[in-house]
Amino acid sequence: MMDKYTKLQTVGIYAALLVFLTFILLPFFEMFMASLRPLEHLFRSPYQFWSDDFSFQAYSDMWDTVPLLGRYIFNSVFIATSVTLITMVFVVPAAYAYARLDFPFKNASLAIFLGVNMFTGAVLLIPLYRVLRSLGLLNTYWAMIVPGVAFLIPTGIWLLRSYLEKIPKELEEAAFVDGASRMYTLRRVVLPLATPGLIVVGTAVFIGAYAQQFLFAITFNQQRELQPLPAGLFEFIGYQDVTWNQMMAAALVGVLPVMVIFLFLQKYLVAGLTAGAVKE
Amino acid sequence: MADVTQQIGQGTFKPKAKTLPEAVFAWLLIGPAMLFIAIIVAWPLAETIRLSFMEAGLGGEEYVGLANYQDLVESRKFHQTIVRTFYWMFLSVGLKLVLGLIGATLLNAAVPGRALFRVLVMPPWIIPMAIGMIGWLWLYNGYFGVLSGSMMSLGITDGPFEFLAYKRSAFYSAVVADVWVGTPMVTLFFLAAMQGVSRDLYEAAWVDGAGRWYRFRRITIPQIMPVIVSMSLLSAIFTFNSFEVIWILTEGGPRSATTTLIIDTYKTAISNFKFGEGSARAVIIVILLGVFALLYLNVLKFVNRKYGTK
Repeated sequence: MMDKYTKLQTVGIYAALLVFLTFILLPFFEMFMASLRPLEHLFRSPYQFWSDDFSFQAYSDMWDTVPLLGRYIFNSVFIATSVTLITMVFVVPAAYAYARLDFPFKNASLAIFLGVNMFTGAVLLIPLYRVLRSLGLLNTYWAMIVPGVAFLIPTGIWLLRSYLEKIPKELEEAAFVDGASRMYTLRRVVLPLATPGLIVVGTAVFIGAYAQQFLFAITFNQQRELQPLPAGLFEFIGYQDVTWNQMMAAALVGVLPVMVIFLFLQKYLVAGLTAGAVKE
Repeated sequence: MADVTQQIGQGTFKPKAKTLPEAVFAWLLIGPAMLFIAIIVAWPLAETIRLSFMEAGLGGEEYVGLANYQDLVESRKFHQTIVRTFYWMFLSVGLKLVLGLIGATLLNAAVPGRALFRVLVMPPWIIPMAIGMIGWLWLYNGYFGVLSGSMMSLGITDGPFEFLAYKRSAFYSAVVADVWVGTPMVTLFFLAAMQGVSRDLYEAAWVDGAGRWYRFRRITIPQIMPVIVSMSLLSAIFTFNSFEVIWILTEGGPRSATTTLIIDTYKTAISNFKFGEGSARAVIIVILLGVFALLYLNVLKFVNRKYGTK
Protein backbone atom coordinates (compact mmCIF):
# COMPACT_ATOMS: atom_id res chain seq x y z
CA MET A 1 0.00 0.00 0.00
CA MET A 2 0.83 3.65 -0.32
CA ASP A 3 1.90 4.07 3.30
CA LYS A 4 4.18 1.06 3.42
CA TYR A 5 7.83 1.81 4.00
CA THR A 6 10.76 -0.40 3.16
CA LYS A 7 12.93 -1.47 6.09
CA LEU A 8 15.56 1.01 5.05
CA GLN A 9 13.04 3.85 4.90
CA THR A 10 11.68 2.99 8.33
CA VAL A 11 15.18 3.04 9.79
CA GLY A 12 15.81 6.35 8.06
CA ILE A 13 12.64 7.90 9.50
CA TYR A 14 13.48 6.79 13.03
CA ALA A 15 17.07 8.00 12.70
CA ALA A 16 15.89 11.41 11.50
CA LEU A 17 13.29 11.57 14.29
CA LEU A 18 16.02 10.75 16.79
CA VAL A 19 18.15 13.66 15.58
CA PHE A 20 15.17 16.02 15.56
CA LEU A 21 13.98 15.04 19.04
CA THR A 22 17.53 15.18 20.39
CA PHE A 23 17.71 18.82 19.37
CA ILE A 24 14.34 19.52 21.02
CA LEU A 25 14.97 17.59 24.23
CA LEU A 26 18.72 18.01 24.78
CA PRO A 27 18.40 21.07 27.03
CA PHE A 28 15.90 19.27 29.26
CA PHE A 29 18.02 16.14 29.39
CA GLU A 30 21.13 18.12 30.31
CA MET A 31 19.24 20.15 32.91
CA PHE A 32 18.06 16.93 34.49
CA MET A 33 21.55 15.38 34.42
CA ALA A 34 23.04 18.52 35.95
CA SER A 35 20.42 18.53 38.69
CA LEU A 36 21.48 15.00 39.71
CA ARG A 37 25.18 15.71 40.05
CA PRO A 38 26.90 17.05 43.14
CA LEU A 39 28.25 20.52 42.50
CA GLU A 40 31.92 19.51 42.73
CA HIS A 41 31.32 16.89 40.03
CA LEU A 42 29.80 19.46 37.74
CA PHE A 43 32.95 21.51 38.07
CA ARG A 44 35.27 18.60 37.35
CA SER A 45 37.79 19.13 34.63
CA PRO A 46 38.18 17.68 32.07
CA TYR A 47 34.50 17.40 31.19
CA GLN A 48 32.87 14.08 32.14
CA PHE A 49 29.77 12.72 30.49
CA TRP A 50 28.92 10.47 33.41
CA SER A 51 29.16 10.87 37.16
CA ASP A 52 29.52 8.00 39.60
CA ASP A 53 27.22 9.28 42.32
CA PHE A 54 23.98 10.71 41.01
CA SER A 55 21.63 11.88 43.72
CA PHE A 56 18.53 13.95 44.29
CA GLN A 57 20.33 16.02 46.93
CA ALA A 58 19.96 19.25 44.95
CA TYR A 59 16.18 18.90 45.04
CA SER A 60 16.22 19.24 48.81
CA ASP A 61 19.14 21.68 49.13
CA MET A 62 17.64 24.20 46.73
CA TRP A 63 15.01 25.30 49.26
CA ASP A 64 17.80 26.39 51.64
CA THR A 65 19.95 28.15 49.05
CA VAL A 66 17.05 30.25 47.86
CA PRO A 67 14.68 30.44 50.83
CA LEU A 68 11.97 32.17 48.79
CA LEU A 69 11.88 29.42 46.15
CA GLY A 70 8.54 28.04 47.32
CA ARG A 71 7.14 31.54 47.29
CA TYR A 72 8.36 32.10 43.72
CA ILE A 73 6.64 28.95 42.51
CA PHE A 74 3.47 29.98 44.30
CA ASN A 75 3.71 33.46 42.74
CA SER A 76 4.07 32.00 39.26
CA VAL A 77 1.01 29.82 39.64
CA PHE A 78 -0.94 32.58 41.38
CA ILE A 79 -0.16 35.19 38.73
CA ALA A 80 -0.93 32.78 35.89
CA THR A 81 -4.21 31.70 37.50
CA SER A 82 -5.33 35.28 38.10
CA VAL A 83 -4.39 36.27 34.56
CA THR A 84 -6.35 33.31 33.20
CA LEU A 85 -9.51 34.04 35.19
CA ILE A 86 -9.53 37.75 34.40
CA THR A 87 -8.71 37.14 30.74
CA MET A 88 -11.58 34.69 30.40
CA VAL A 89 -14.03 37.19 31.91
CA PHE A 90 -13.16 39.57 29.07
CA VAL A 91 -12.79 36.91 26.39
CA VAL A 92 -16.00 34.90 26.75
CA PRO A 93 -18.51 37.67 25.94
CA ALA A 94 -16.32 39.15 23.21
CA ALA A 95 -15.70 35.78 21.55
CA TYR A 96 -19.45 35.10 21.58
CA ALA A 97 -20.15 38.41 19.90
CA TYR A 98 -17.63 37.67 17.15
CA ALA A 99 -18.88 34.13 16.67
CA ARG A 100 -22.59 34.83 16.54
CA LEU A 101 -23.65 38.42 16.24
CA ASP A 102 -23.66 40.89 13.43
CA PHE A 103 -22.77 44.46 14.27
CA PRO A 104 -21.08 47.57 12.91
CA PHE A 105 -17.26 47.60 12.89
CA LYS A 106 -17.13 43.86 13.50
CA ASN A 107 -14.15 43.17 11.26
CA ALA A 108 -12.37 46.41 12.07
CA SER A 109 -12.55 45.82 15.82
CA LEU A 110 -11.42 42.21 15.41
CA ALA A 111 -8.45 43.44 13.40
CA ILE A 112 -7.55 45.80 16.26
CA PHE A 113 -7.55 42.93 18.73
CA LEU A 114 -5.38 40.81 16.49
CA GLY A 115 -3.05 43.72 15.85
CA VAL A 116 -2.23 43.72 19.55
CA ASN A 117 -0.72 40.28 19.05
CA MET A 118 2.01 41.82 16.98
CA PHE A 119 3.47 43.95 19.72
CA THR A 120 5.32 42.34 22.47
CA GLY A 121 5.36 44.16 25.73
CA ALA A 122 8.93 45.23 25.02
CA VAL A 123 7.79 47.96 22.64
CA LEU A 124 5.31 49.44 25.10
CA LEU A 125 7.30 49.08 28.30
CA ILE A 126 8.13 52.75 28.78
CA PRO A 127 4.59 54.17 28.75
CA LEU A 128 3.22 51.02 30.33
CA TYR A 129 5.63 51.60 33.18
CA ARG A 130 4.21 55.10 33.59
CA VAL A 131 0.59 53.90 33.32
CA LEU A 132 1.19 51.34 36.02
CA ARG A 133 3.02 53.90 38.14
CA SER A 134 0.19 56.42 37.91
CA LEU A 135 -2.33 53.72 38.76
CA GLY A 136 -0.13 52.87 41.75
CA LEU A 137 0.32 49.29 40.60
CA LEU A 138 4.11 49.09 40.32
CA ASN A 139 5.68 46.49 42.58
CA THR A 140 2.41 44.68 43.20
CA TYR A 141 0.99 41.48 41.74
CA TRP A 142 -1.17 43.68 39.52
CA ALA A 143 1.91 45.02 37.75
CA MET A 144 2.41 41.53 36.34
CA ILE A 145 -1.25 40.54 36.00
CA VAL A 146 -2.63 43.57 34.15
CA PRO A 147 -0.21 43.59 31.17
CA GLY A 148 -0.44 39.81 31.07
CA VAL A 149 -4.21 39.99 30.62
CA ALA A 150 -3.96 42.63 27.90
CA PHE A 151 -1.62 40.56 25.77
CA LEU A 152 -3.66 37.35 26.14
CA ILE A 153 -7.13 38.76 25.42
CA PRO A 154 -6.63 38.71 21.61
CA THR A 155 -5.39 35.11 21.54
CA GLY A 156 -8.24 34.05 23.79
CA ILE A 157 -10.88 35.74 21.62
CA TRP A 158 -9.40 34.18 18.51
CA LEU A 159 -9.32 30.64 19.90
CA LEU A 160 -12.71 30.71 21.60
CA ARG A 161 -14.44 32.31 18.64
CA SER A 162 -13.55 29.45 16.32
CA TYR A 163 -14.79 27.00 18.95
CA LEU A 164 -18.13 28.78 19.45
CA GLU A 165 -18.72 28.91 15.72
CA LYS A 166 -18.89 25.12 15.69
CA ILE A 167 -21.79 24.96 18.18
CA PRO A 168 -25.07 24.58 16.29
CA LYS A 169 -27.15 27.74 16.20
CA GLU A 170 -30.47 25.92 16.49
CA LEU A 171 -30.29 25.61 20.28
CA GLU A 172 -29.99 29.33 20.75
CA GLU A 173 -32.81 29.94 18.35
CA ALA A 174 -34.96 27.51 20.29
CA ALA A 175 -34.22 29.46 23.47
CA PHE A 176 -35.17 32.71 21.78
CA VAL A 177 -38.39 31.14 20.62
CA ASP A 178 -39.08 30.27 24.23
CA GLY A 179 -38.78 33.92 25.04
CA ALA A 180 -35.36 33.89 26.67
CA SER A 181 -33.38 37.12 26.68
CA ARG A 182 -30.01 37.33 24.94
CA MET A 183 -28.10 37.37 28.22
CA TYR A 184 -30.05 34.41 29.56
CA THR A 185 -29.36 32.45 26.38
CA LEU A 186 -25.64 33.20 26.60
CA ARG A 187 -25.46 32.16 30.22
CA ARG A 188 -27.75 29.14 30.29
CA VAL A 189 -27.53 27.74 26.78
CA VAL A 190 -24.26 28.72 25.13
CA LEU A 191 -21.84 28.57 28.05
CA PRO A 192 -22.78 25.05 29.22
CA LEU A 193 -22.40 23.79 25.66
CA ALA A 194 -19.07 25.55 25.31
CA THR A 195 -17.53 24.14 28.50
CA PRO A 196 -15.00 21.88 26.72
CA GLY A 197 -13.92 24.83 24.58
CA LEU A 198 -13.67 27.05 27.64
CA ILE A 199 -11.38 24.53 29.29
CA VAL A 200 -9.11 24.28 26.26
CA VAL A 201 -8.90 28.03 25.76
CA GLY A 202 -8.47 28.57 29.50
CA THR A 203 -5.60 26.12 29.56
CA ALA A 204 -3.96 27.73 26.54
CA VAL A 205 -4.26 31.12 28.26
CA PHE A 206 -2.82 29.67 31.46
CA ILE A 207 0.19 28.25 29.64
CA GLY A 208 0.69 31.60 27.92
CA ALA A 209 0.34 33.45 31.22
CA TYR A 210 2.82 31.12 32.89
CA ALA A 211 5.30 31.59 30.07
CA GLN A 212 5.20 35.36 29.65
CA GLN A 213 5.94 36.51 33.20
CA PHE A 214 9.65 37.16 32.91
CA LEU A 215 9.67 40.48 31.05
CA PHE A 216 6.91 42.09 33.12
CA ALA A 217 8.43 40.80 36.34
CA ILE A 218 11.93 42.15 35.76
CA THR A 219 10.59 45.49 34.54
CA PHE A 220 7.58 46.30 36.72
CA ASN A 221 8.34 44.56 39.97
CA GLN A 222 11.24 45.11 42.34
CA GLN A 223 9.75 43.31 45.28
CA ARG A 224 11.46 39.99 45.84
CA GLU A 225 8.55 38.30 47.61
CA LEU A 226 6.29 38.89 44.62
CA GLN A 227 8.70 37.66 41.94
CA PRO A 228 7.59 34.70 39.78
CA LEU A 229 9.87 31.71 39.33
CA PRO A 230 11.50 32.58 35.97
CA ALA A 231 12.82 35.79 37.53
CA GLY A 232 13.54 34.23 40.94
CA LEU A 233 15.68 31.47 39.43
CA PHE A 234 18.43 33.96 38.73
CA GLU A 235 19.07 34.16 42.46
CA PHE A 236 20.97 30.89 42.17
CA ILE A 237 23.61 32.92 40.41
CA GLY A 238 25.29 34.07 43.59
CA TYR A 239 28.29 36.26 44.28
CA GLN A 240 30.63 33.37 45.03
CA ASP A 241 29.57 30.58 42.71
CA VAL A 242 26.56 29.45 40.75
CA THR A 243 24.81 26.45 42.24
CA TRP A 244 23.99 25.12 38.81
CA ASN A 245 22.67 21.77 40.00
CA GLN A 246 20.12 23.39 42.31
CA MET A 247 19.17 25.97 39.72
CA MET A 248 18.41 23.21 37.23
CA ALA A 249 16.46 21.26 39.84
CA ALA A 250 14.39 24.34 40.66
CA ALA A 251 13.80 25.11 36.97
CA LEU A 252 12.52 21.58 36.35
CA VAL A 253 10.25 21.70 39.39
CA GLY A 254 9.03 25.06 38.12
CA VAL A 255 7.86 23.72 34.76
CA LEU A 256 6.09 20.80 36.41
CA PRO A 257 2.72 22.58 36.84
CA VAL A 258 2.40 23.42 33.13
CA MET A 259 3.75 20.06 32.02
CA VAL A 260 1.21 18.15 34.10
CA ILE A 261 -1.71 20.23 32.85
CA PHE A 262 -0.42 19.94 29.35
CA LEU A 263 -0.02 16.17 29.42
CA PHE A 264 -3.62 15.73 30.52
CA LEU A 265 -5.01 17.98 27.85
CA GLN A 266 -2.43 17.77 25.10
CA LYS A 267 -4.68 16.15 22.53
CA TYR A 268 -7.33 18.86 22.75
CA LEU A 269 -4.82 21.64 23.14
CA VAL A 270 -2.90 20.85 20.00
CA ALA A 271 -6.13 20.62 18.04
CA GLY A 272 -7.39 23.88 19.55
CA LEU A 273 -4.18 25.85 19.05
CA THR A 274 -3.56 24.73 15.49
CA ALA A 275 -7.21 25.07 14.49
CA GLY A 276 -6.33 27.98 12.24
CA ALA A 277 -4.13 25.71 10.13
CA VAL A 278 -6.98 23.54 8.91
CA LYS A 279 -9.65 25.08 6.78
CA GLU A 280 -12.99 23.37 6.80
CA MET B 1 -43.06 26.40 27.25
CA ALA B 2 -46.74 26.61 26.54
CA ASP B 3 -46.45 29.69 24.42
CA VAL B 4 -43.94 28.17 22.01
CA THR B 5 -46.59 26.98 19.63
CA GLN B 6 -48.38 30.21 20.03
CA GLN B 7 -45.30 32.19 19.05
CA ILE B 8 -44.49 29.97 16.13
CA GLY B 9 -48.03 30.45 15.05
CA GLN B 10 -47.45 34.18 15.06
CA GLY B 11 -44.20 33.72 13.16
CA THR B 12 -41.99 35.51 15.71
CA PHE B 13 -38.62 33.73 15.79
CA LYS B 14 -36.77 36.79 17.03
CA PRO B 15 -36.01 37.34 20.72
CA LYS B 16 -38.70 39.12 22.64
CA ALA B 17 -39.14 42.77 21.89
CA LYS B 18 -37.83 43.93 25.25
CA THR B 19 -34.38 42.40 24.64
CA LEU B 20 -31.58 44.53 23.32
CA PRO B 21 -30.93 45.18 19.64
CA GLU B 22 -28.18 42.95 18.29
CA ALA B 23 -25.62 45.70 17.68
CA VAL B 24 -25.99 47.19 21.16
CA PHE B 25 -25.75 43.79 22.78
CA ALA B 26 -22.66 42.95 20.74
CA TRP B 27 -20.86 46.12 21.75
CA LEU B 28 -21.79 45.56 25.38
CA LEU B 29 -20.06 42.20 25.11
CA ILE B 30 -16.95 43.51 23.36
CA GLY B 31 -16.76 46.80 25.22
CA PRO B 32 -14.92 45.67 28.35
CA ALA B 33 -12.22 43.86 26.40
CA MET B 34 -11.86 46.82 24.05
CA LEU B 35 -11.57 49.26 26.93
CA PHE B 36 -8.93 47.13 28.61
CA ILE B 37 -6.85 46.95 25.42
CA ALA B 38 -7.29 50.67 24.91
CA ILE B 39 -5.86 51.50 28.35
CA ILE B 40 -3.04 48.96 28.39
CA VAL B 41 -2.02 48.88 24.72
CA ALA B 42 -3.48 51.70 22.63
CA TRP B 43 -2.88 54.54 25.04
CA PRO B 44 0.71 53.53 25.80
CA LEU B 45 1.25 53.28 22.05
CA ALA B 46 0.09 56.87 21.63
CA GLU B 47 2.29 57.86 24.59
CA THR B 48 5.27 56.20 22.93
CA ILE B 49 4.77 58.29 19.81
CA ARG B 50 4.51 61.48 21.89
CA LEU B 51 7.57 60.63 23.97
CA SER B 52 9.62 59.96 20.86
CA PHE B 53 9.60 63.73 20.22
CA MET B 54 10.77 64.44 23.75
CA GLU B 55 14.00 64.42 25.61
CA ALA B 56 12.65 62.47 28.53
CA GLY B 57 14.22 60.81 31.50
CA LEU B 58 13.59 60.38 35.18
CA GLY B 59 13.87 64.15 35.65
CA GLY B 60 11.29 65.47 33.22
CA GLU B 61 10.41 66.07 29.62
CA GLU B 62 11.39 68.60 27.01
CA TYR B 63 10.17 68.86 23.44
CA VAL B 64 13.03 68.28 21.00
CA GLY B 65 11.19 67.69 17.74
CA LEU B 66 12.76 65.13 15.48
CA ALA B 67 16.12 65.17 17.27
CA ASN B 68 15.77 61.59 18.56
CA TYR B 69 15.02 60.33 15.07
CA GLN B 70 17.80 62.40 13.59
CA ASP B 71 20.26 60.82 16.00
CA LEU B 72 19.13 57.38 14.92
CA VAL B 73 19.34 58.19 11.21
CA GLU B 74 22.90 59.42 11.68
CA SER B 75 24.05 56.69 14.01
CA ARG B 76 26.14 53.99 12.34
CA LYS B 77 25.62 51.82 15.36
CA PHE B 78 21.87 51.95 14.86
CA HIS B 79 22.22 51.07 11.19
CA GLN B 80 24.22 48.04 12.20
CA THR B 81 21.52 47.12 14.71
CA ILE B 82 18.86 47.20 12.00
CA VAL B 83 20.94 45.09 9.63
CA ARG B 84 21.68 42.67 12.45
CA THR B 85 18.00 42.44 13.39
CA PHE B 86 17.00 41.51 9.85
CA TYR B 87 19.85 39.05 9.53
CA TRP B 88 18.78 37.52 12.84
CA MET B 89 15.18 37.34 11.69
CA PHE B 90 15.77 35.82 8.24
CA LEU B 91 18.27 33.29 9.50
CA SER B 92 16.17 32.19 12.44
CA VAL B 93 12.86 32.10 10.57
CA GLY B 94 14.44 30.24 7.64
CA LEU B 95 15.80 27.58 9.97
CA LYS B 96 12.49 27.29 11.83
CA LEU B 97 10.62 26.77 8.57
CA VAL B 98 13.03 24.18 7.19
CA LEU B 99 13.19 22.28 10.49
CA GLY B 100 9.43 22.61 10.93
CA LEU B 101 8.78 21.16 7.49
CA ILE B 102 11.18 18.28 8.06
CA GLY B 103 9.81 17.67 11.55
CA ALA B 104 6.18 17.75 10.42
CA THR B 105 6.90 15.35 7.56
CA LEU B 106 8.61 12.94 9.95
CA LEU B 107 5.80 13.18 12.50
CA ASN B 108 3.26 12.64 9.74
CA ALA B 109 4.94 9.42 8.59
CA ALA B 110 2.92 6.32 9.41
CA VAL B 111 5.36 4.69 11.81
CA PRO B 112 4.62 3.18 15.23
CA GLY B 113 5.12 5.60 18.13
CA ARG B 114 4.31 8.79 16.29
CA ALA B 115 1.66 9.83 18.81
CA LEU B 116 4.35 9.86 21.49
CA PHE B 117 6.86 11.70 19.27
CA ARG B 118 4.29 14.41 18.61
CA VAL B 119 3.96 15.07 22.33
CA LEU B 120 7.73 15.10 22.81
CA VAL B 121 8.13 17.95 20.33
CA MET B 122 6.07 20.37 22.38
CA PRO B 123 7.94 21.27 25.60
CA PRO B 124 9.98 24.21 24.23
CA TRP B 125 6.74 25.82 23.10
CA ILE B 126 4.83 25.56 26.36
CA ILE B 127 7.42 26.11 29.08
CA PRO B 128 8.47 29.63 30.06
CA MET B 129 11.14 30.79 27.64
CA ALA B 130 13.22 32.06 30.52
CA ILE B 131 13.48 28.54 31.91
CA GLY B 132 14.38 27.02 28.55
CA MET B 133 17.13 29.61 28.22
CA ILE B 134 18.62 28.57 31.55
CA GLY B 135 19.01 25.14 29.97
CA TRP B 136 20.79 26.68 26.99
CA LEU B 137 23.03 28.76 29.24
CA TRP B 138 24.13 25.48 30.74
CA LEU B 139 24.65 23.78 27.37
CA TYR B 140 26.76 26.70 26.14
CA ASN B 141 28.90 26.81 29.28
CA GLY B 142 32.52 26.38 28.24
CA TYR B 143 33.76 24.47 31.28
CA PHE B 144 30.80 22.36 32.30
CA GLY B 145 28.54 22.26 29.25
CA VAL B 146 28.04 19.15 27.16
CA LEU B 147 28.71 20.95 23.86
CA SER B 148 32.12 22.24 24.80
CA GLY B 149 32.82 18.94 26.57
CA SER B 150 31.98 16.91 23.46
CA MET B 151 34.12 19.16 21.30
CA MET B 152 37.05 18.67 23.64
CA SER B 153 36.78 14.90 23.77
CA LEU B 154 36.38 14.75 19.99
CA GLY B 155 39.52 16.87 19.69
CA ILE B 156 37.82 19.74 17.84
CA THR B 157 39.00 22.22 20.45
CA ASP B 158 41.94 21.97 22.83
CA GLY B 159 40.39 23.67 25.81
CA PRO B 160 37.00 24.85 27.00
CA PHE B 161 35.05 26.90 24.48
CA GLU B 162 32.72 29.60 25.81
CA PHE B 163 30.02 29.82 23.16
CA LEU B 164 28.61 33.09 24.43
CA ALA B 165 31.92 34.91 24.93
CA TYR B 166 32.84 35.66 21.32
CA LYS B 167 30.90 37.94 18.99
CA ARG B 168 30.33 35.50 16.18
CA SER B 169 29.69 32.36 18.21
CA ALA B 170 27.40 34.25 20.61
CA PHE B 171 25.25 35.44 17.71
CA TYR B 172 24.86 32.01 16.16
CA SER B 173 24.36 30.37 19.56
CA ALA B 174 21.49 32.77 20.21
CA VAL B 175 20.03 31.95 16.78
CA VAL B 176 20.12 28.22 17.57
CA ALA B 177 18.40 28.77 20.92
CA ASP B 178 15.75 30.95 19.26
CA VAL B 179 15.18 28.31 16.59
CA TRP B 180 14.76 25.79 19.38
CA VAL B 181 12.02 27.91 20.96
CA GLY B 182 10.17 28.54 17.70
CA THR B 183 10.43 25.22 15.89
CA PRO B 184 7.76 23.27 17.84
CA MET B 185 4.98 25.71 17.01
CA VAL B 186 5.91 25.77 13.31
CA THR B 187 6.20 21.97 13.25
CA LEU B 188 2.80 21.40 14.81
CA PHE B 189 1.03 23.90 12.56
CA PHE B 190 2.58 22.27 9.51
CA LEU B 191 1.63 18.86 10.83
CA ALA B 192 -1.97 19.94 11.39
CA ALA B 193 -2.07 21.32 7.85
CA MET B 194 -0.60 18.12 6.39
CA GLN B 195 -3.21 16.05 8.19
CA GLY B 196 -5.87 18.20 6.60
CA VAL B 197 -4.75 17.35 3.06
CA SER B 198 -7.20 14.94 1.46
CA ARG B 199 -5.93 11.38 1.13
CA ASP B 200 -7.67 11.03 -2.24
CA LEU B 201 -5.11 13.35 -3.78
CA TYR B 202 -2.24 11.15 -2.62
CA GLU B 203 -3.96 7.95 -3.64
CA ALA B 204 -4.74 9.25 -7.10
CA ALA B 205 -1.11 10.28 -7.56
CA TRP B 206 0.08 6.97 -6.14
CA VAL B 207 -2.07 4.99 -8.55
CA ASP B 208 -0.50 7.01 -11.35
CA GLY B 209 2.90 5.87 -10.11
CA ALA B 210 4.07 9.10 -8.44
CA GLY B 211 6.88 8.56 -5.92
CA ARG B 212 7.04 10.00 -2.40
CA TRP B 213 9.24 12.93 -3.26
CA TYR B 214 7.05 13.82 -6.21
CA ARG B 215 3.91 13.63 -4.05
CA PHE B 216 5.57 15.79 -1.40
CA ARG B 217 6.59 18.42 -3.92
CA ARG B 218 3.45 18.47 -6.05
CA ILE B 219 0.72 17.75 -3.49
CA THR B 220 1.84 18.40 0.09
CA ILE B 221 3.70 21.67 -0.47
CA PRO B 222 1.04 23.38 -2.64
CA GLN B 223 -1.75 22.18 -0.36
CA ILE B 224 -0.19 23.55 2.81
CA MET B 225 1.19 26.69 1.13
CA PRO B 226 -1.26 29.06 2.87
CA VAL B 227 -0.12 27.74 6.24
CA ILE B 228 3.54 27.98 5.24
CA VAL B 229 3.03 31.63 4.32
CA SER B 230 1.10 32.53 7.44
CA MET B 231 3.61 30.71 9.66
CA SER B 232 6.58 32.44 8.02
CA LEU B 233 5.12 35.83 8.68
CA LEU B 234 3.86 35.09 12.18
CA SER B 235 7.17 33.57 13.04
CA ALA B 236 8.97 36.56 11.52
CA ILE B 237 7.02 38.82 13.88
CA PHE B 238 7.81 36.65 16.91
CA THR B 239 11.48 36.41 15.98
CA PHE B 240 11.75 40.12 15.35
CA ASN B 241 10.25 40.69 18.80
CA SER B 242 12.28 38.00 20.51
CA PHE B 243 13.51 39.46 23.77
CA GLU B 244 13.98 36.81 26.43
CA VAL B 245 16.22 34.51 24.41
CA ILE B 246 18.84 37.17 23.81
CA TRP B 247 18.41 38.96 27.12
CA ILE B 248 19.01 35.86 29.20
CA LEU B 249 21.81 34.41 27.09
CA THR B 250 23.87 37.53 26.43
CA GLU B 251 21.97 40.75 27.32
CA GLY B 252 22.84 41.86 23.79
CA GLY B 253 26.61 41.33 24.15
CA PRO B 254 29.43 40.64 23.75
CA ARG B 255 30.12 44.12 22.38
CA SER B 256 26.60 44.43 20.92
CA ALA B 257 27.01 41.29 18.80
CA THR B 258 23.51 40.12 19.69
CA THR B 259 21.81 43.50 20.11
CA THR B 260 18.66 43.51 18.01
CA LEU B 261 16.19 46.40 17.80
CA ILE B 262 14.14 45.10 20.72
CA ILE B 263 17.20 44.68 22.93
CA ASP B 264 18.51 48.10 21.90
CA THR B 265 15.16 49.68 22.77
CA TYR B 266 14.99 47.96 26.13
CA LYS B 267 18.56 48.92 27.03
CA THR B 268 18.07 52.53 26.03
CA ALA B 269 14.75 53.05 27.74
CA ILE B 270 14.69 50.75 30.74
CA SER B 271 18.35 50.18 31.60
CA ASN B 272 19.51 53.74 30.84
CA PHE B 273 16.26 55.63 31.51
CA LYS B 274 16.45 57.46 28.18
CA PHE B 275 12.70 57.35 27.60
CA GLY B 276 12.65 59.69 24.59
CA GLU B 277 15.38 57.93 22.65
CA GLY B 278 13.92 54.58 23.57
CA SER B 279 10.48 55.65 22.36
CA ALA B 280 11.88 56.72 18.99
CA ARG B 281 13.29 53.21 18.61
CA ALA B 282 9.97 51.71 19.67
CA VAL B 283 8.14 53.78 17.05
CA ILE B 284 10.51 52.49 14.37
CA ILE B 285 9.75 48.95 15.52
CA VAL B 286 6.01 49.63 15.33
CA ILE B 287 6.37 51.00 11.80
CA LEU B 288 8.39 47.96 10.70
CA LEU B 289 5.81 45.64 12.27
CA GLY B 290 3.03 47.54 10.54
CA VAL B 291 4.75 46.98 7.20
CA PHE B 292 5.00 43.30 8.07
CA ALA B 293 1.31 43.14 8.88
CA LEU B 294 0.30 44.71 5.56
CA LEU B 295 2.66 42.42 3.71
CA TYR B 296 1.24 39.48 5.62
CA LEU B 297 -2.36 40.24 4.76
CA ASN B 298 -1.61 40.83 1.09
CA VAL B 299 0.59 37.79 0.61
CA LEU B 300 -1.98 35.67 2.40
CA LYS B 301 -4.75 36.97 0.15
CA PHE B 302 -2.63 36.24 -2.91
CA VAL B 303 -1.71 32.74 -1.78
CA ASN B 304 -5.27 31.88 -0.86
CA ARG B 305 -6.44 32.98 -4.27
CA LYS B 306 -3.69 31.07 -6.03
CA TYR B 307 -4.13 27.84 -4.12
CA GLY B 308 -7.85 28.07 -4.07
CA THR B 309 -8.75 27.72 -0.38
CA LYS B 310 -11.54 30.16 0.37
